[in-house]
Amino acid sequence: MNITEKILAHASGKTTVHTGDIIDANVDMIMVHDLTGPLAVEAFKRIGTPNVWNNKKITIILDHQIPAESVKAAELHKTLRQFAKQQRIRLYDVGRGGICHQVMPEKGHVLPGALIVGADSHTCTYGAFGAFATGIGSTEAAAVFATGKIWLKVPEAIKINVEGKFQNHVTPKDLILALIGKLGVDGAIYKTVEFTGETIRNMSMAGRMTLCNMTVEMGAKNGIIAPDTTTRDFLKGRTAQPLPPFDPLQSDIDASYAKTVEFNVTNLTPQVACPSSVDNVRPASEINAPIDQAFIGSCTNGRIEDLRQAAQILKGKQVKNSVRTLVIPASQEVYTQALREGLIEIFTAAGAIVCGSACGPCLGGHIGLLASGETCISTSNRNFIGRMGSTEANVYLASPATVAASAVTGRITDPQKLEAT
Amino acid sequence: MKVKGTAIKFGDNVDTDVILPGKYLVLTDPKELAKHAMAGLDEAFPAKAQNGVIVMGGKNFGCGSSREQAPIALKHAGVQCVLAESFARIFFRNAINIGLPAIEAKGVTSAVDNGDVLEVDFEAGKVQNITKSKNLHVNKLPSFIVEILKDGGLIENLRKRINKK
Repeated sequence: MNITEKILAHASGKTTVHTGDIIDANVDMIMVHDLTGPLAVEAFKRIGTPNVWNNKKITIILDHQIPAESVKAAELHKTLRQFAKQQRIRLYDVGRGGICHQVMPEKGHVLPGALIVGADSHTCTYGAFGAFATGIGSTEAAAVFATGKIWLKVPEAIKINVEGKFQNHVTPKDLILALIGKLGVDGAIYKTVEFTGETIRNMSMAGRMTLCNMTVEMGAKNGIIAPDTTTRDFLKGRTAQPLPPFDPLQSDIDASYAKTVEFNVTNLTPQVACPSSVDNVRPASEINAPIDQAFIGSCTNGRIEDLRQAAQILKGKQVKNSVRTLVIPASQEVYTQALREGLIEIFTAAGAIVCGSACGPCLGGHIGLLASGETCISTSNRNFIGRMGSTEANVYLASPATVAASAVTGRITDPQKLEAT
Repeated sequence: MKVKGTAIKFGDNVDTDVILPGKYLVLTDPKELAKHAMAGLDEAFPAKAQNGVIVMGGKNFGCGSSREQAPIALKHAGVQCVLAESFARIFFRNAINIGLPAIEAKGVTSAVDNGDVLEVDFEAGKVQNITKSKNLHVNKLPSFIVEILKDGGLIENLRKRINKK
């Protein structure tokens, strides 16, 4: 079996599972946020069971419309606070957490081998820790609140084996964009995507999270990476629970895959996903489009490693006058670390605005929306029509290094070329 | 169980941001959400859908965000059923869970034109194109999913199961 099959078998009390099996799995952790949680609470009340199945296994995080951008949002937040208090569920409120997919692992709610569901499509991020994690909707979240169980179909698997060493200013974001460009936005539909190889073993948790985060952009059910010493080092001191043994969380040598993709990053250059599909990927050096806004942040690329990359480029420079540059650290922890390292001052001195830890402009709900005809280059994960504001705005997706370099020149710029000039 | 309606066709990779843009996610009333159904592609959609339509997608219908408000907006705008070559998995589950039939129907996009009247029997796995007098066979939904749809959604289905115990 591969890792995903092993976790699904364990979660459903079986010794083995096969592709296509429908299983009834026990959930180890469920997360909802401020845009999906209120619907889940409402649906839970309709079920009629007075108490949730296990309040220790539920996490509520306010991150999308925070601080409340309207009375409507404030009312939704109030609903969640009341529910959390009544059911004694942990809730990360404004200023206490940040973006859900950063907070969950930071606070030790993601363990290798766990089965995690979240009412957010980027829940697949946690596969970076060797967990099975997938997105669900609000009604399904309510059913999990009540029963602790979910039906799942055992997915086919795609193995992506990555070898080679990244060039300067080339990052895991460029790798995942290149892979989505190659496989397409429906290239892994219903499937699990397992990353293996030397490049993955040498990659930080931040990079692994970026990869797994965007597997949903090729349609995947989950992305997953076998846990190792890098995983152990990250989780050290973050959870009181003992970590499970990692040996059973490796794919067997004879594990079956529907497809294996080999990728070497040695000659990979900075990549950009052009409007309005994540698989419309081209080298950054070929684009040169003028931009109005640059955004560095999100559950894809708002970690300390990402801010360091951007700061390395912005240090001592000014962003172009015509460009609004937004930087959003993914969590309070990342924000504090960026302060300590002097990164925040580099951003403000360069003419960027640094906003509080939240989802920000990524989903076009709150902060930094785009007007018609405007163009934004963003480190986030989706460039769909209307995603970041007007349906007549254009969104390009890239790494923090490419976004920072583009903010400086006012046009989409390959960071390797900026260095040369 | 059968549903009937006029087909409105969309292309491949219709994402939930165009089905229901993020700025409307603070709305909670399904009728309010319905007013913005498909706002990213066709602002006139709610007016076209009000008398009951069948939405047809190509590949990967409903990709992107897990927002359940997307199928809720479609359902309350008057959509009886969504047929597509393939679905993004979260949208598929969400649609079923709120009682909106979502049926994977390979080859359906070439067999149906915009405006054709269709009758879909999702229990039997049959799509009848009444306009063209043609029948299409599609994959049957597993029986537990048919049960959820018959009950009107996952919550009603779960209530029934809990009360039986």
